[in-house]
Amino acid sequence: MSRLAALKENPVYQSFLLAAFALLASGLLGLADLSTRDLIQLRLEEDLRASLAEVIPDQLYDNNLLEDAIIVDTEKDELGKNETLVYLARKEGKVEAVSFRLAAPGGYSGDINLIMGIDKEGNVLGVRVISHAETPGLGDKIEVNKSNWILNFEGHSLQNLTIEQWAVKKDGGVFDQFSGATITPRAIVRSVYQGLQFFKRRRSELLAS
Amino acid sequence: MFNIFSETANKISRDGFWDNNVVFSQNLALCPLLAVTGTATNGLGMGLASLVVLTSSNGVVSLCRHLIPAEVRIPIFVLLIATLVTLVDMSMNAWMHEMHKVLGLFIPLIVTNCAILGRAESFASRQPFHHSLWDGFMMGIGFTFVLVVLGASREIISSGALFANADLLLGEAFSFMELTLFSNYQGFLLTALPPGGFIMLGFIIAAKRVIDRRLAEKAEQQAIQAEPVVEV
Repeated sequence: MSRLAALKENPVYQSFLLAAFALLASGLLGLADLSTRDLIQLRLEEDLRASLAEVIPDQLYDNNLLEDAIIVDTEKDELGKNETLVYLARKEGKVEAVSFRLAAPGGYSGDINLIMGIDKEGNVLGVRVISHAETPGLGDKIEVNKSNWILNFEGHSLQNLTIEQWAVKKDGGVFDQFSGATITPRAIVRSVYQGLQFFKRRRSELLAS
Repeated sequence: MFNIFSETANKISRDGFWDNNVVFSQNLALCPLLAVTGTATNGLGMGLASLVVLTSSNGVVSLCRHLIPAEVRIPIFVLLIATLVTLVDMSMNAWMHEMHKVLGLFIPLIVTNCAILGRAESFASRQPFHHSLWDGFMMGIGFTFVLVVLGASREIISSGALFANADLLLGEAFSFMELTLFSNYQGFLLTALPPGGFIMLGFIIAAKRVIDRRLAEKAEQQAIQAEPVVEV
């Protein structure tokens, strides 16, 4: 014990010990990463598949959406990202619908991450919130398991609503706001509108790919 | 061999659960506490994850205590705790994915739980392995208890329900825990928001003080009664 006590005073021992612990920690983490990486990847894919299934009806496609996606440069499209991965839903080879994720800026706290599906005519098939940090009890009615509000977008398009109508009722549009929370719905309506605009601009390119 | 019914173990249990509770007495770990306790279910999940980390970090620190010189103990403890938390995070993401979706944001917060470093420093680095494990476990139980009580009281007042989404955390078999206490409840938002967390925590700590005082008075009275009355 006394030899160990003397050794413990030695700065060389101390630094080696620290290094040894760091090595041990990184080794352990490396092993854990190796053994969980594939599983985590699989779980994330399942999650993505589940959210895609919510915004594109099954009967519209017969391909594997996760493998049939293209990266589109969306720097000027106000989707919140410079590059967007667009999933193509094909039936017998022809693109029937597309789906992509977009971030709605201007929420009450931080971006609201959405996923939306649009059919080849430009109608909204569905919109879902993937993650957000809005006020629980007020802004979180945008989640589908808290309220049906988000389903109101289905079937709407740039053709059947004018620019003025793509807004919450308070601003003269057709979409409800929540009592006590206008900012959150307003941000989402604007973002869905931007998504449709993006599809309109790139429609021929996306449908041909 | 460590006996969990021994005097020492008893003292450790009482300290961890009540007398020296992480939140009630040490006022530590308030950041994760207030962040997650919007519902009782989230509180329970966070409590269990912290319990695993606290117990294992206490164990590991205690095992290494003779090797570690005082000068480098803090970086080594931090390294160990951060590693454990990352391991918990990864394995939950892989094997308890639904639970990870609910709690995933909060798991990294466990690193910032100063109670874990606090126990490593003040208990595990000085005490034998079994005692340290037991201390970590009981401190974790005490912390989980506070999280559940605070989460439940906030959830009941803010939404009139209890243990909402418990099936996501514990599996379908536990959906019986989900109760709706008032069916036509309008909701009281304040308690779901962070300020409400502080307010409820204040009430709970005050209640703990009242209980402690009652217990002390009772013990005093019993002591007086036990004394032989000397007649003059």
